[in-house]
Amino acid sequence: MVRNIKFIISVFLGLVIFFILLNALEKTNNYSPNKISNKIETNFTARLLYKNKEVSLEELIKDQHLSIINIWASWCLPCREEHSYLLNLNSINNINIIGINYKDNEVNAKKFLKELGNPYSKILLDPDGINSIELGAYGVPETFLLDTKSKKIIKKYIGPLDDIKFEEIVKIIKNEKI
Amino acid sequence: MKKFKLLIIILFFSFNFFNYSIAKNSNQVDKISKNLRCLICQGQSVYDSQSDFALSIKILIQKKIEEGKKENEIYEFLKNKYGEWIVYDPEISRKTFLLWTLPLILFVFGGLLIIRKVSIK
Amino acid sequence: MSSQIGIYSLYIALIISVFLIFQFTFLNKGTTKNLDSRIFSLISVQFLMVIISFFSLIYAFIISDFSNETVYNNSHTTKPLFYKISGTWGNHEGSLLLWLLVLIIFLFIFFIHSKKLSNKYRLLTVLFQEIIILGFLLFILFTSNPFSNLFPIPKEGNGLNPILQDPALAIHPPVLYLGYVGTSIIFSSSLAALITGLINKVWASHIKKWVVISWIFLSIGIMLGSIWAYYELGWGGFWFWDPVENVSLMPWFCLTALLHTIIVLEKRNTFHSWAIILSVTTFSLSMSGTFLVRSGILNSIHTFANDPSRGIFILCFLFFLIFSAIFIFFIYQKNISKNLYKPYLVSKETSILINNLFMMFFLSVVLVGTIYPIFLEVINDSKISVGPPFYQKLITPFLIPFLFFMAVGPNIKWIKDRISKINIQQLIFFIIFILLSCLFLKKNGALYLFVLPLIGSGFFLLFLTIKDFFLKSSHLSQKLAHFGFSLFMLSVLFNGILAKEYSSNMKVGDERIFMNKIIKFENLKVVQGHNYQSLIGEFKIIDQKNVLNFKPQIRVYDQPKTITSEADILTTIYSDNFLVFNVLKNDGYYNVRYQNKPFMIWIWLSVALMSFGGILSFIKKNG
Repeated sequence: MVRNIKFIISVFLGLVIFFILLNALEKTNNYSPNKISNKIETNFTARLLYKNKEVSLEELIKDQHLSIINIWASWCLPCREEHSYLLNLNSINNINIIGINYKDNEVNAKKFLKELGNPYSKILLDPDGINSIELGAYGVPETFLLDTKSKKIIKKYIGPLDDIKFEEIVKIIKNEKI
Repeated sequence: MKKFKLLIIILFFSFNFFNYSIAKNSNQVDKISKNLRCLICQGQSVYDSQSDFALSIKILIQKKIEEGKKENEIYEFLKNKYGEWIVYDPEISRKTFLLWTLPLILFVFGGLLIIRKVSIK
Repeated sequence: MSSQIGIYSLYIALIISVFLIFQFTFLNKGTTKNLDSRIFSLISVQFLMVIISFFSLIYAFIISDFSNETVYNNSHTTKPLFYKISGTWGNHEGSLLLWLLVLIIFLFIFFIHSKKLSNKYRLLTVLFQEIIILGFLLFILFTSNPFSNLFPIPKEGNGLNPILQDPALAIHPPVLYLGYVGTSIIFSSSLAALITGLINKVWASHIKKWVVISWIFLSIGIMLGSIWAYYELGWGGFWFWDPVENVSLMPWFCLTALLHTIIVLEKRNTFHSWAIILSVTTFSLSMSGTFLVRSGILNSIHTFANDPSRGIFILCFLFFLIFSAIFIFFIYQKNISKNLYKPYLVSKETSILINNLFMMFFLSVVLVGTIYPIFLEVINDSKISVGPPFYQKLITPFLIPFLFFMAVGPNIKWIKDRISKINIQQLIFFIIFILLSCLFLKKNGALYLFVLPLIGSGFFLLFLTIKDFFLKSSHLSQKLAHFGFSLFMLSVLFNGILAKEYSSNMKVGDERIFMNKIIKFENLKVVQGHNYQSLIGEFKIIDQKNVLNFKPQIRVYDQPKTITSEADILTTIYSDNFLVFNVLKNDGYYNVRYQNKPFMIWIWLSVALMSFGGILSFIKKNG
């Protein structure tokens, strides 16, 4: 009798473990946990690129309904590729985009913008990468779509923007306007 | 005589459950960064990694230490931003309760099994 | 052409496997003599086929046959020959073929060396082993074919990761697999012995050889992996509690417990169930290791392919084997002799039981630590990390009593002994070493009261094992192995406690002061290597006694484009001095890291010593 119980327990345990592992295989092994706090830290201050002044991120977004924060650098190749999407979002869809210049050289950054265009309303400098960490960023390029009133992140894109992500952003903007 | 020996042995071993550590000269930043996972690397700690992310985190830790923040506060801050899995040392919470106790329970259980199987004379 | 040969030989091996398995009852009816030669010929042919297949893959690598997809993905014409060959098993498909090869080699050797034992037992072992072989063949042929063709034939390969081009890493997989796969024979033969009612002293003597062989190879294999990590990866560490490393350590704990259990079974004819359960568990852990590493379920720097479909296959196969073993165990349990003899409290049997308890504890710590995050993510949808602090916190306290028991255990007699055996002499040793450790730690400025008992126990074990050498000349292999282990523990401990490190960002010409040493970054040179360009940094470390010269490198490889950092390690018998530097983005600045690691070489030597103890036991048995 005892033997049978042990048997049943072993088999049961085995099955449980089996199904959990099977389930685990089906989960994707990606890096971004989406369940952490969606609120963004906006009161860090940094220097602006084009003016020798320190402002807080809070100030730059407070009058807006929706904002985009884009982390970029002149030395980052994918940032070049996504730049056209940002220009589009700024000019056509008229959304406020704030740039965070990540671990960059100011001269190079200005050159980059001169060459490719400037979609940003304001650009904050982040020479050490610390401010990006305040936002919970992993690196560059990274884009956040923010609801300014609640300071909640609606969408976070790790890596350069592409057609699909761009369409998503446009859709969200349109919905918000309604 | 036997009891005395046993007592010494027990006393000796009970020391290891007290965590007295007297002045270790370790670099705080190194210590903390060894306990953090580099999130854009595969299986490296922030201390070991030379990636942008890791370097920025190390600078951030330095800054926080200068501000007077304690080790735990820095971990909390980073966990808030990136989730629990940035810290290598799993905290003892309801979630990780089994993690910490399962091996210990098995040990005690095994010990009891042995005692049952062994005849004491 | 070689691809054809490769794959057709595998198909033939597959047919033989199926034939052997399904004809099992048939073949059983024949006479012993015929049966023997029939099975022998079948296994030999299968062996031949797999060897042919394996060598045709090596051949494809040597001639850089890029029509073969595996060769294309993992090789390059400019790779040195040695690494072209070792590249054969440095990838998912090739390493599985290696698994298969070792599975069949061991079966072959087993069959030849077991002629004295019952035929039914040998047949059943062949059956179970062939089931495992079949599983692997199916897996290889249907999901991980090393002979898939590419058309049009590319002109050049994708190259092998330069980090993997290292001598230690070239032999690490074969040695490790000999350890892992050795447990398959133990698994098969344990189940076979259970069914035929042969779990006894004779079987124990017979299987002990296999257990020792697996144990030796597994120990050396793990050590090679650590050596590679230490010399090659540039972080100065040799064990990271990385999931893939843990996966090789778990069967080791089990195998060690099994080894001791088999010794008891051989001497005292008890612990039968333990032996079987441990055999099955060890092999299951080896197989689970294969699963965890190749399925993409783990997040690690070592993982192979991240292919969930492969994972599902291995998972199902693994659990099929485990459930079969559980069924067989419960059905045939009555065959185990009902030895109701209870060992006395103070006896060698009990010491070994205690050893097993600790081994199982360490095993459960590593197992839970590695698998828990996976389970938590499925159940709770939250991701946590379990890293070195967890393992250290749980294992270190338990090492203290473990080392103590390990010191005292081997000297206790079989059956029954008196507790006064733990005599005054040993107690005095004990106290002396507490004092010694205290002095030593104080001198080196590392005062942890926590660490003190650990070192004390370590020394206790060390000197007791040394003392044993002078007592009697028997059991040399056990003494050597235990002595090696104590040396290992102490080396790791001292290395951990006394290691010093320093890191700073420097440019050429900079100097830094660390403790009483000056670190100078003197020069930078550019040199062209075989398939890389190398930036050599010339460093001097000066202290009161001597000057150390370092030449670490930063290598830029072409195929694929990677940058690696090669540390320069100056090894002496007392310590290693380790210097590595990395490029930083701020032009001209490099991150320089210096470490002083005492007794590093003793860590490797002690593992070699342990393994040598194992080899000695094997030789003595046959000699």
